[in-house]
Amino acid sequence: MNFTSVVLATSNGSAATFNFDRILELAPEIWVAMAQTFAMLLVAIPIAILLGTPLGIWLYSMSPNGLRPRPRVHRIVDGLVNTIRSFPFLILLIAIIPFTRFVVGTTIGTAAVIVPLTINAIPYFARFVEQNISQLGNGVVEAAQAMGASRGQIIREVLLVEAKPALLSSITIMTVSFISYSAMAGLVGGGGIGDFAIRYGYYRYETGVMLLAIVLMILLVHAVQFIGTRLSRAADKR
Amino acid sequence: MIRLENLTTTFGKGQDQFTAVKDVSLDIKTGSIHGIIGFSGAGKSTLLRNINLLQRPTSGQVFVDGVELTGLSESELRKQRHDIGMIFQHFNLLNNRTAQQNVELNLKFAGVPKKERRERALEALSIVDLADKASAYPGQLSGGQKQRISIARALVTEPKVLLCDEPTSAVDPRTTTSVLQYLSDINTSLGITTVIVTHEMNVIKAIADNVSVMEDGAVVEEFALSSLQDPSFEPITPIGRYLISDEITLNRAPKQTPNLGADVARV
Repeated sequence: MNFTSVVLATSNGSAATFNFDRILELAPEIWVAMAQTFAMLLVAIPIAILLGTPLGIWLYSMSPNGLRPRPRVHRIVDGLVNTIRSFPFLILLIAIIPFTRFVVGTTIGTAAVIVPLTINAIPYFARFVEQNISQLGNGVVEAAQAMGASRGQIIREVLLVEAKPALLSSITIMTVSFISYSAMAGLVGGGGIGDFAIRYGYYRYETGVMLLAIVLMILLVHAVQFIGTRLSRAADKR
Repeated sequence: MIRLENLTTTFGKGQDQFTAVKDVSLDIKTGSIHGIIGFSGAGKSTLLRNINLLQRPTSGQVFVDGVELTGLSESELRKQRHDIGMIFQHFNLLNNRTAQQNVELNLKFAGVPKKERRERALEALSIVDLADKASAYPGQLSGGQKQRISIARALVTEPKVLLCDEPTSAVDPRTTTSVLQYLSDINTSLGITTVIVTHEMNVIKAIADNVSVMEDGAVVEEFALSSLQDPSFEPITPIGRYLISDEITLNRAPKQTPNLGADVARV
């Protein structure tokens, strides 16, 4: 046995070796996988925020108790959001392949995963926005209306400002969820650290390599949560 | 300054229909402090919110300073609202903005240029003696201080009318006195027509020139507070008499156990 190996127990009772030489050998691939995960998150999450926020505000505004009630239109869009949200990610990934090809010109690779991730994330975040805003209560909205604020001013200067800490928490929750979703990217050859863990740990029985990948994911989630909590707390002046 | 003509406000439809304000007409003189008193559910808050159309009446007309608000478009109404300040029972300040930012926000809505806003906000804060709390967040302030910030916020656009919805119902008695003192001083020095909704007769007695008594959505009685000076004056309606007596009288049955106190002491 090699000095750089540690023996680990596995579920089937056999021993797996955590071989540092093997890890070093795979280091470049791990880096690529990490970069792929970051690429997925760094595209999907900002786009989801950019498009999900107006959609969420819209859902709030048009709801029966919103700033501009439009119950019938609201019901249609609300249903649409629910429909997209009810797709298990794995199914969505496959179901929208034609759309993915149309947007990025390919159906495999990291770019091809980013499309379904983003499609999934937009209504996901819109719901957060809608909920965070409706939970603010009517008091501040009324005060703004009494001051002669327009709907746009109420949204920009009152609702988004007051909901900011909650929105930052929601972005954190969304990011953590999507780190997990991104692990399914392997299905279309999208890569990423989750896919790396599945490929080496599950398909090739390299448990040690899989454990390392999982540790990296845990660290990533912890880092996201830590930063998210900090930002939300700093924004909350209650 | 404020004229309400045959206001009726109905909520809901069919069986759930509920009329909060029933055919109310009211005339509030320029520079006066007008109280609206009644029990919970009497419709006084709805009536107050009818004045700036925060709640649109189902029928009737609202005139403020000669302008018929009920006949205006959304954008014209917004412009008129810059001349009508409002304060609330629960202050309704923005928690994530400082006192000064809260006050400045009203100026921003009114389209006042940025340079001017700061100066005017600080000026308004100094009227309520809170210039030193300009950079504090509402969460760091007491209830009375929050209400004073909201008064500054309402005043900063120099409105002609100040609507007060239960302004002292969420603060303790000493703070009530201080808040009312500010409202009274502001009324005297700036001549703002003030309408104050409350369920506390003490508040009315302390500050109002005239009072409307509401019951079940209707104004059942109106009188000038100066008439209370006259010992022979008596409100016409039972609720009016009840409110001015302002005493808590309980129907207390005699104690069942004569020495209850002693028992408790022994335990």
